[in-house]
Amino acid sequence: MTFTDILRLSLTAVLIENFIFIKFLGICPFLGVSKKVNTAAGMGMAVVFVMGVASACCYAVNEFILVRFGLEYMRTLAFILVIAALVQLVEMFLQKSVPALYQALGIYLPLITTNCAVLGVAILNVENNLNFIGSVIYGVMAGVGFMLAITMFASVRERLEFSDYPKCFDGFPIALITAALLSMAFMGFQGLHVW
Amino acid sequence: MNNILAATIALGSIGLVLGILLAVASKVLAIETDERLEKISEILPGANCGACGFAGCNAFASAVINGDVSPSGCPVGGEQLINQISEILGVAVDTRKKVVAHVNCSGGDAILRRFQYVGVESCYAAARVGGGPTECTFACLGFGDCIKACGFGAIRIERGHAVVDREKCTGCGLCAGACPRKIIEIIPEESVYSVSCSSRDRGNITRTVCDYGCIGCLLCVKKCAHEAIIVKDNLARIDYSLCVGCGDCVSVCPRGIIRVAKEV
Repeated sequence: MTFTDILRLSLTAVLIENFIFIKFLGICPFLGVSKKVNTAAGMGMAVVFVMGVASACCYAVNEFILVRFGLEYMRTLAFILVIAALVQLVEMFLQKSVPALYQALGIYLPLITTNCAVLGVAILNVENNLNFIGSVIYGVMAGVGFMLAITMFASVRERLEFSDYPKCFDGFPIALITAALLSMAFMGFQGLHVW
Repeated sequence: MNNILAATIALGSIGLVLGILLAVASKVLAIETDERLEKISEILPGANCGACGFAGCNAFASAVINGDVSPSGCPVGGEQLINQISEILGVAVDTRKKVVAHVNCSGGDAILRRFQYVGVESCYAAARVGGGPTECTFACLGFGDCIKACGFGAIRIERGHAVVDREKCTGCGLCAGACPRKIIEIIPEESVYSVSCSSRDRGNITRTVCDYGCIGCLLCVKKCAHEAIIVKDNLARIDYSLCVGCGDCVSVCPRGIIRVAKEV
């Protein structure tokens, strides 16, 4: 894997195929945990972390168990199993050895357990035939894309508190309109070919 | 058949391995949580009222254990709770007098009205319309903002003004903050008498608008043998650190507003 490949993969994951704005994965935490920039960034960090680790583990499970025994059709089930256990394990490990990080990620870790974005990244890795390093990079960068999207959205929502929009749009309606506009803006990255 | 078997075995073994891994991890990575935290959280009122200044009862419990705040920091729990917490922590009992809220107005329906207020049923809103519907600008408006603020159902409206039930009141002070006219005072529970008026208007004005207003006549000040009453801005106030509860002031008050606080 050359440096150009890595760069292209990263750019694709963060901007061109942003998980939230283009692929519409992980919308639940995107809407739920985006009221404040601080918590949104915390959620983003947790997603980056889990997506990276999940990509690595799911790659291994896919390569050494599913493909070997011809069980590709069980992919979704196996990945969910692995991701759920993995998040649990990571949570316990962090609580024990890195309490500061555990405090920072807080409740967001278990929230991600069955997040479709995490499962999505694992399945996309397989569909795109990425190797181990590629999978991990794609996973981490998809997480970075998620973090970018959610912090951006959260900062807009914070401003919304003080802006003067029709009262009937209060709460989720205005949030969804904002998300739609942001998503359309990200459409602009489609067809971006640097190399 | 072979397919089903292979799938079952493969996924079953993945599940088994992960399950064993998690079981081992939960033993190896077990955290020793402070059992005092659990105990204290259990005996705290659990209303999460925030009167202690922390985000909730759990936050208060961990602050107590860390020694950031004394066990008496919970204004709701009372002496019994302080004793229990101190027992769990093994520190000396630090008692603090229980306080209760008291509404310093006994006018209510008896106060003259400037206009009939028909707006939103809220003291906050009413107080902002032309200085409020009551002639006395220090009077209880009786719309019950304090009732909404009270998490313990300790306040009711009687004859147009708010009354605190001392049995239920925990002295958290949320009502005092909610009152737009700031006429709710937090006083020691053992205090027997109180001047139930907040009017700082001159005596002749107070006299014309309300039958139960303090006119600053100083009779109570002269009568009090313990110098526990002072009149400032045409309003008598009892200094609870000096008051002995003799009740001499009650009989001399021409307006009848120094009363047994428990009965007001």
